[in-house]
Amino acid sequence: MKEYKNTGSKDTRSGFGDGLTELGKTNENVVALCADLTGSLKMDDFKANHPERFFQVGIAEANMIGMAAGMTIGGKIPFTGTFANFATGRVYDQIRQSVAYSGKNVKICASHAGVTLGEDGATHQILEDLGLMKMLPGMTVINTCDYNQTKAATIAIAEHDGPVYLRFGRPKVANFTPEDQKFEIGKAVKLYEGTDVTIIATGHLVWEAVQAAVELNEKGISAEVINIHTIKPLDEEAIITSAKKTGCVVTAEEHNFLGGLGESVARTLAENHPTPQEFVATKDTFGESGTPAQLMDKYGLNAAAIVKASEKVLKRK
Amino acid sequence: MPNINELQDFATQVRRDILRQVHKVNSGHPGGSLGCTEFFTALYQEVMEYNTNFDMDGKGEDLFFLSNGHISPVYYSVLARSGYFPVEELNTFRLIDSRLQGHPTTHEGLPGIRIASGSLGQGMSVALGAAQTKKLNNDKHIVYSLHGDGELQEGQNWEAIMYAAGNKVDNIISTIDLNGQQIDGSTENVLPLGNLKAKFEAFGWDVMEIENGNDIEQVINGLKEAKSRTGKGKPVCILMTTVMGHGVDFMMHTHAWHGKAPNDEQLEKGLSQNPETLGDY
Repeated sequence: MKEYKNTGSKDTRSGFGDGLTELGKTNENVVALCADLTGSLKMDDFKANHPERFFQVGIAEANMIGMAAGMTIGGKIPFTGTFANFATGRVYDQIRQSVAYSGKNVKICASHAGVTLGEDGATHQILEDLGLMKMLPGMTVINTCDYNQTKAATIAIAEHDGPVYLRFGRPKVANFTPEDQKFEIGKAVKLYEGTDVTIIATGHLVWEAVQAAVELNEKGISAEVINIHTIKPLDEEAIITSAKKTGCVVTAEEHNFLGGLGESVARTLAENHPTPQEFVATKDTFGESGTPAQLMDKYGLNAAAIVKASEKVLKRK
Repeated sequence: MPNINELQDFATQVRRDILRQVHKVNSGHPGGSLGCTEFFTALYQEVMEYNTNFDMDGKGEDLFFLSNGHISPVYYSVLARSGYFPVEELNTFRLIDSRLQGHPTTHEGLPGIRIASGSLGQGMSVALGAAQTKKLNNDKHIVYSLHGDGELQEGQNWEAIMYAAGNKVDNIISTIDLNGQQIDGSTENVLPLGNLKAKFEAFGWDVMEIENGNDIEQVINGLKEAKSRTGKGKPVCILMTTVMGHGVDFMMHTHAWHGKAPNDEQLEKGLSQNPETLGDY
């Protein structure tokens, strides 16, 4: 069984910051806007290198989204930065009308998504953002799993013409995907070939899925692991093909099971190849204060939860 | 010097277009549209530098953003009669498969429109973004925007107003249509706006007033004066007093025609007060 090595834990938001730094050098049309969270979003380098292309908007997310939409008129590619909660729910109508419906080339980059934000608690831990964003026509929705993938995604979305929601997180997590990876929007990445169960994971849960597959292997269960970094457009073919092979599916995400990756997978399978499915996700609840590891454990968002869900879904085949 | 008679004829024809558009589909917003007819006429026929060969990026030309998108009938009429799209297309206002949606949108590809608007309070932010891009592109042209007075009740405006002054965005002219009316009644009764001049000035804007926004000469002079005040470190605001429903006597001085179409008889009466000038579509 292939071994995925953690080359050194890093936060995904640093992947965004470093990707933005690189874009600053390579694409003069890239501009960045931030709502008083420059350090948290790791946008300091871009700001220092390109002060004329960095726009501090203050604690005013609605104005930030509207300005970003306006900045596309004249050829700029705006990247907005704030926490996922303030990047989506707080400004849903601004994104809907001024960005999505208006078809503007804005990249909404969102850090501190999910319960792994930790001690700040539920006011800041959005678990509904993927649902909000994927429902908007024309919106591309990406949730990356580690530093390398986040950096690659940040660079890739500048080349995509259209609105994008890029979601990443706060804590340091395993960095295990290749440094030189080519990020293809909408293309699933298969991490393990397997025959008994398909595990489809996104974001921080991908590393947990890898650990779960190793554990399942020790129990004699062959798990196929798919890293879905793009929730929309969804790589339906990869999902259907794998479900046909294994006959059962577990989805894993740091998000409410209403509206997230799991529901998108369930719809795909219901339409094409109905398959038993278990959901590793929060179950219609808010988060709370705690360390990221404690919260992942309490809300059933880790390798142990994926193993348990896999064993359960195997019995439903 | 502008030919005032010609511009007044243009405005009269626009008023006919507004009434005929909303009458045909028995929906739409004639009140604010009629009140802003002189503003749109002055902007597109006299003040703005633009290409009717529409390009979304709008480099090397002035830009206009309508924030209070419900007054689409006046916007569509003036865009069409300024050469952006065939005047006959006004016949499709609010109909299925039309580019002339109830509220303006880029989604159907109507030339002249650069942002969707209708959900209120978003236009100034968009205009600011476009103005900042003009600066980055070293493009000396101006960004104009129009906002309803009631619309200023939306908090996003004040985020934008604070940003614009704090960051010296001095290539923008935002006009506020002071007609004192909104859907539920007068702004004074619904939610008083207070002293808008003092408010904009306190935020750091250069504020000027157009006392009669239904006098075409005053509007032209005001817009030109505003233009001369750009590039001096402050965003420019015009507080423009208009009469909702102006030019149709029974629609004036009331919020009743904010979002209501005239019936056949009312249409005839309104049209008789605004005789055909450039020719109906």
